[in-house]
Amino acid sequence: MINTNRLSGASGDRIDRTRILRFTFDGTEYTGHPGDTLASALLANGVLGYGPSIYADRPRGVVSAGTEEPNALVRLRAPQQATMLPATTVELVDGLVADSLSGIGRLDASERVPGADTLCDKKYVHADVVVIGAGPAGLAAAAVAARSGARVLVAEERRELGGALLDARAEQIDGAAAADWIKQQGRQLLEAPETRVLTSSTVVGYYDHNYLLIAQRNPDASGIAQRLWHVRAKQVIIATGAHERPIVFADNDRPGIMLAGAVRRYLNRFAVLPGRRAVVFTSSDSAYDTALDLLAAGGEVSALVDARPEPPQVLVDSVRDAGAEVITGSAVVGTHGAQRITGVRVAPIDADGAITGAVRELDCDLLAVGGGWSPVVHLYGQAGGQLRWDDCAAAFVPAEPVTASRQVIGAARGTFDLAGCVAQGQCAGAKAATEAGYRVAAPAAPEVRGAPRPSRPRQLWLVPGETADPADWTTHFVDLQRDATVRDVWRAVGTGMVSVEHVKRYTTISTGADQGKTSGVNAIGVLAEALGQASIGDVGTTTFRPPYTPVTFSLLAGRDRAELSDPVRTTPIHSWHVEHGALFENVGQWKRPWYYPLHGEDMEQAVLRECRAARTGVAMQDASTLGKIEIVGPDAPEFLNRIYTNGFAKLAVGSARYGLQCKADGMVFDDGVSLRLAEDRYLMTTTTGNAAAVLDWLEEWLQTEWPDLAVHCTSVTEQWSTVAVVGPDSRDVIARLAPDLDVSAAAFPFMAHRETTLASGIPARICRISFSGELAFEVNVASWFGLALWEQVYAAGADYGITPYGTETMHVLRAEKGFPIVGQDTDGTVTPDDLGMGWAIAKHKDFIGKRSFARPDTARTNRKQLVGLLPLDPDEVLPEGAALVEPPVQLNPPVPMLGHVTSSYRSAVLDRGFALALIESGRARIGEVVHAPLGERTVPARVTKPVFYDEEGNRRDGR
Amino acid sequence: MLLIECPWCGGRDETEFGYGGQAHVPYPEDPHALTDAQWAEYVFIRDNPRGPYAERWVHSAGCRRWFNAVRDTGTNDVKATYPIGARKPVTS
Repeated sequence: MINTNRLSGASGDRIDRTRILRFTFDGTEYTGHPGDTLASALLANGVLGYGPSIYADRPRGVVSAGTEEPNALVRLRAPQQATMLPATTVELVDGLVADSLSGIGRLDASERVPGADTLCDKKYVHADVVVIGAGPAGLAAAAVAARSGARVLVAEERRELGGALLDARAEQIDGAAAADWIKQQGRQLLEAPETRVLTSSTVVGYYDHNYLLIAQRNPDASGIAQRLWHVRAKQVIIATGAHERPIVFADNDRPGIMLAGAVRRYLNRFAVLPGRRAVVFTSSDSAYDTALDLLAAGGEVSALVDARPEPPQVLVDSVRDAGAEVITGSAVVGTHGAQRITGVRVAPIDADGAITGAVRELDCDLLAVGGGWSPVVHLYGQAGGQLRWDDCAAAFVPAEPVTASRQVIGAARGTFDLAGCVAQGQCAGAKAATEAGYRVAAPAAPEVRGAPRPSRPRQLWLVPGETADPADWTTHFVDLQRDATVRDVWRAVGTGMVSVEHVKRYTTISTGADQGKTSGVNAIGVLAEALGQASIGDVGTTTFRPPYTPVTFSLLAGRDRAELSDPVRTTPIHSWHVEHGALFENVGQWKRPWYYPLHGEDMEQAVLRECRAARTGVAMQDASTLGKIEIVGPDAPEFLNRIYTNGFAKLAVGSARYGLQCKADGMVFDDGVSLRLAEDRYLMTTTTGNAAAVLDWLEEWLQTEWPDLAVHCTSVTEQWSTVAVVGPDSRDVIARLAPDLDVSAAAFPFMAHRETTLASGIPARICRISFSGELAFEVNVASWFGLALWEQVYAAGADYGITPYGTETMHVLRAEKGFPIVGQDTDGTVTPDDLGMGWAIAKHKDFIGKRSFARPDTARTNRKQLVGLLPLDPDEVLPEGAALVEPPVQLNPPVPMLGHVTSSYRSAVLDRGFALALIESGRARIGEVVHAPLGERTVPARVTKPVFYDEEGNRRDGR
Repeated sequence: MLLIECPWCGGRDETEFGYGGQAHVPYPEDPHALTDAQWAEYVFIRDNPRGPYAERWVHSAGCRRWFNAVRDTGTNDVKATYPIGARKPVTS
């Protein structure tokens, strides 16, 4: 296939004609060259149209040559899977396969190639000076800063340095052609040892304190599709240039209507002639270059239509001398064509923009539109910068372009002349490097030729339709990607909206994947007219938020996916659990055995078997994940007295006590057993998932409120392995395991702990603690002995049929005894009294949260309280979280709720379902029936005390 | 992301820190001597200014020390950081 629209001859373009790349678009094979984008290669093949518009289903073509593209969205199938990419930003590679799409992107999981997932990674760097954008201003700034020795990082969105200067034909800097000047600057950057240049890299986010996120496409590393750079910069220079605006007129969306600057870019950078016969429509100077370049490339220009009644004569003459007509004080008021534009309607307009004369028809297959330039202030806005309307530049520009650590330069600042951009860049580079500690002076500004300072543009947003009522202007497109029109804006204003933020959301203008890069300012201009505002500046802009261009989730995730997405914590005994077929439950980052199914057992069968073993024989659990904190120091007793709701100062050495911790609001925060190891030393245990938060809490009080207390807290969770041995036969197993220890109930009472050496020689601390109501021991050893201990317990209990159990059985056993789990049966709004643990609130000492118990809301008697529930049907197991209501209540929203089920299981020992629940005035309702509406059916359940088994505590000391 | 100057470790990313709300709100000397309204003020009510705000931070993933900072809530500029117990510095 021949590139029909490719210009021949070496014209200073940036494509490599010596190599041919093959690619496929919508099923057809084409060719292009290195240096092409997908859009430029398609245009070279005469392909202009993409998918139809999302709502109006109108044919659409490529509009721009950059990230601002609203129409030319594609789905990439090779070399990677990606979607909603503007074809204007896809760099052409051999074998590329893409399809057009219509507004919505989809990636199909079924088309995923195993092992071919897009791999992305991340880098974290610091920089003295970051320059965003390597156009003339950014390049000049970077070159000066690099010379200082500062660590400079340059991020350029495109494949090559140079920015808009690469689109140029006649411009000269410092006596060199633009392309040569770019090369010189680039070489200076390469030669500076501390300077790094990232091309094909878009700064997508600018966060507090100069923190930048840069999305780099095709980094050099093999197999890496994209890389996300996290950069902290001392100084940031924003040189992001400007986006050209279209103009809103009737049927302004036909394929073949392109931005004038984009036409120039396709001509000069990609050697592509986008149309044979063009009309240029402009309200400013820059489109004259487009007309001249089209003519120079052998294209035909039917006319240049300038909305300004008196454009600069020198420009008018230059186009006329080149052989094209210039029509001033006029506008394009309509277009013709189906799949491609075939002609335009041109009419004179007056100072208010109203059509004042006869319409003239002109044939064309390309309409190049230049509605002025909008500085790319997105990153500046993300960083919190405010904008002001500059009437001369006809643009929103940074109100505060220079701060202590940030500068905005060049077209991004509203400086549209080349000489100004270069000079500003040099000064900014010197200032930034100097501020960062690398003193350097700005060189004398170079001479610039062939780029005259632009004259004042006309502020023309909207060319009226040929019918009078804007409510009828349904093909005056403001946002092409969103198919939003002037009528939509008028309708928004008709509803009474005046804020641009409201109109944006109502019309969806600027909410597409392009985030309104071409439509945003026009929308504000149209809104200003709809509101009758004299100046667009009075309307203001919408808020700029990251990301600047769409970012894939795979890039944000990088390598932090699958098993690397979060650290996994396992105990020293983990391998045994795996070998013995345990299924695991995630508890925070811990993997805990959930249950150990035997030959074909389901979960319920396994859990019932494990529960029976614990209640009738002996069972064992890996309890190593329990949070453990050593609290040491002369003031440790006083400290724990202030932290716990019950007393710990008088706890005897060798004993242990269950305690509750509250926050200042009186709500339960954590619970657990603390052991007194010595006069000045305690071992606190915490809920598995709450260990870090409890340590934080203790340290916060010690450091901020009670620095006078001599106490140190150390996490020892991972230093100890713990095996719980539970059940009436546990004493016999412990006696075998630790023959030196007198395990009789008299010598080793409940809530005592003893240091001993096991038969195997392993030193151990054994506690009599029970989370099941049964006789139970917890054996603690240094974690490197954990697996050995587990195996010794298993061997010592073999005769008794010792049964390993997991978290599910632990939950059932504790729930049968009404022991709450903080975070499951509580939610930060539950007091100790709500749990029925008023007994744990000390009367004669103060502690954190005590004052709150006297608050009226905390003291009221109709609070939600923890109670038991027995479904009337014993086979019923209520779902956890189920809402509970009074039986007669009508289930029409809003339904008054009594509370909810917090824990629910099937009990082996009760042979039925049972639950714990938080219920309003729960203790007063004991004996009543409440209802749990579960969609189609309602389950009745009787409220009971929250203790279902051995309320008297007879089993605690065993047989 | 904020760059926060830990008084002990120097400038570190915000992700290393935990936030502790308004600084210089001491735990009342005798909570039981307070009215319900005064206690509720301590437990629930904090200032929420636009502008300089003295607040507590903890370098959780670093030295684990608590300290105070003065941050402009409008601009997120951290004007000063100082140890717990030190007086709030004068910032512009």
